[in-house]
Amino acid sequence: MKETPLSNCERRFLLRAIEEKKRLDGRQTYDYRNIKISFGTDYGCCIVELGKTRVLGQVSCELVSPKLNRATEGILFFNLELSQMAAPAFEPGRQSDLLVKLNRLLERCLRNSKCIDTESLCVVAGEKVWQIRVDLHLLNHDGNIIDAASIAAIVALCHFRRPDVSVQGDEVTLYTPEERDPVPLSIHHMPICVSFAFFQQGTYLLVDPNEREERVMDGLLVIAMNKHREICTIQSSGGIMLLKDQVLRCSKIAGVKVAEITELIQKALENDQKVRHRKEGGKFGFAESIANQRITAFKMEKAPIDTSDVGEKAEEIIAEAEPPSEVVSNPVLWTPGTAQIGEGIENSWGDLEDSEKEDEDEGGSEEAVILDSVKMDAGVISNIGSQDAPIVLSDSEEEEMIILEPDKNPKKIRTQTISVKQEKAASKKPMKKRKKKRAVN
Amino acid sequence: MAEAAAIAAESLAGSKARAARTVLGQVVLPGEELLLPEQEDAEGPGGAGERLLRLNPGARSRVRVVCGPGLRRSGDRLLVTKCGRLRHKEPGGGGGGGGVYWVDSQQKRYVPVKGDHVIGIVTAKSGDIFKVDVGGSEPASLSYLAFEGATKRNRPNVQVGDLIYGQFLVANKDMEPEMVCIDSCGRANGMGVIGQDGLLFKVTLGLIRKLLAPDCEIIQEVGKLYPLEIVFGMNGRIWVKAKTIQQTLILANILEACEHMTTDQRKQIFSRLAES
Repeated sequence: MKETPLSNCERRFLLRAIEEKKRLDGRQTYDYRNIKISFGTDYGCCIVELGKTRVLGQVSCELVSPKLNRATEGILFFNLELSQMAAPAFEPGRQSDLLVKLNRLLERCLRNSKCIDTESLCVVAGEKVWQIRVDLHLLNHDGNIIDAASIAAIVALCHFRRPDVSVQGDEVTLYTPEERDPVPLSIHHMPICVSFAFFQQGTYLLVDPNEREERVMDGLLVIAMNKHREICTIQSSGGIMLLKDQVLRCSKIAGVKVAEITELIQKALENDQKVRHRKEGGKFGFAESIANQRITAFKMEKAPIDTSDVGEKAEEIIAEAEPPSEVVSNPVLWTPGTAQIGEGIENSWGDLEDSEKEDEDEGGSEEAVILDSVKMDAGVISNIGSQDAPIVLSDSEEEEMIILEPDKNPKKIRTQTISVKQEKAASKKPMKKRKKKRAVN
Repeated sequence: MAEAAAIAAESLAGSKARAARTVLGQVVLPGEELLLPEQEDAEGPGGAGERLLRLNPGARSRVRVVCGPGLRRSGDRLLVTKCGRLRHKEPGGGGGGGGVYWVDSQQKRYVPVKGDHVIGIVTAKSGDIFKVDVGGSEPASLSYLAFEGATKRNRPNVQVGDLIYGQFLVANKDMEPEMVCIDSCGRANGMGVIGQDGLLFKVTLGLIRKLLAPDCEIIQEVGKLYPLEIVFGMNGRIWVKAKTIQQTLILANILEACEHMTTDQRKQIFSRLAES
């Protein structure tokens, strides 16, 4: 899908607002949007939100043989994906210019700055080293992807724990998390990208441009820096001429912003560490945010059901019903390795609702077990269905039909000695229910 | 076997169909089947009687039922296609079982509907039509003759990137929608090219419907704050212009924030703004 075009009036308004030192969301020139960092249940998984921009980071590791010219160094791999979920304009499976640019910038920021000690990732020199893979997914796009992605990458790397290994002679042992606590990566420093957008050929400058500001900007300057004020990468794009003073001023601002963000990251990591240690087996990370009392939750409250006169009703039904005809269900062998019982496989989902109610009514689970394993035989239908034919009409007769598993498979049915009467009760019940429903309608 | 399956599906759907009248204002889910009042009779004690849905005026019932957004007629059944609350509006004459049924849902993606007033952005000029982006799956077309007073000689002054306030003349599934900027009498009636100033922003479709409701308090309160010009498009776009940039920004942010505020919170904020 095509990107929504930017109208002339938006462009004009944005530029005029910037001239008046105003931004759409009420921020000041040097303000960042709110940054929120949340962690997943596993180590090495995080979501970073920068305003409405959202990036998911996930780190994984693998033992591989090292590169020939670097026998003692582990391998770092970064991959940023722009999915269509983030913005409809992103095309899946295509390397757009923007994506290539962002990926290269990320690699320069994180790999070339040597923030991760790759030597410590070596297990056996020249044979086995750890390959650390950082996958970043853009979940929502509202401008300044690179800042959010660089924060997500470094947070995920800091949070990640790799399995412990020991080398004894020629023998390499890999320990599971249960045997030995996984070990964190050794990280020297945290490089963080800070973006500056320039407008009107460099006259005006904004920190952390959002999507609409990005569209009207003339040029972009990205500075990657760590909290020791060491510049890791600097890149200017858009083809504007910047003065020396401007770059110096930007680097000063970047230093302040990076210090703030680093502090935030460390606080987030500490908090997560605390929660993880305190709640052994409890919920942390995203799991904490899943609510039960929502329409989208998979849990349901138990509803009480009136069971006062169930006994009599069951008796009544049993008394009315005829014994079902003998159902002969010989397994049919279509091809070697397959078997079929009955005449076909029907979807029994519709029955579950009813069968569950029955469950509670009777206080037993025999019916449910039977119904779940129901496979119909057309022969039985006429027998039972005929009695209530005028009411049931075209209703599926599946509900009433029951085939017990052949005796050779007795485990499935708990009470093997269900009397014929009980079977009938089970089979008749759903029809009763149905009758009532109709009346209500 | 296939026949049996068909019967099963039929009965399953049949058992789940709820009468539209009883679920008004309640949440309906996609795939659900609804029964119109006329159908309820047919479905009554008689059971398998006649199950024809009388969507078009028939001999027996003369009511006219319109399926709004979120509902779809499939053969003789009425199916829900969106998750949301079921709404109903009585026909002009009142009484009967007719009127309009629709589903009020929360969404951001606009789907063109015939007769909707929308704000579009001109993306291309090709020959005698303009291509206008309205936020739908494909751009709408707008003839240059569909403006007030436009003739072959007297072309309207429309540039690429301009904002257009217009109405859908044709909006069918799988077809390119067509817009016009005149009503059936050839009058502009407020439609046409929107001025070069002001701010365009996007909100959810639900908020737009809320703001366009006849007795919307938000608009009245906003109007008391500053003098302003405002245009609402059913496609979730709002264009607003006030005297200064600052005021325009405040208005835009307030309207956006209104969606998730209670009446009390909103009144507080408005009174605080009025003071400052």
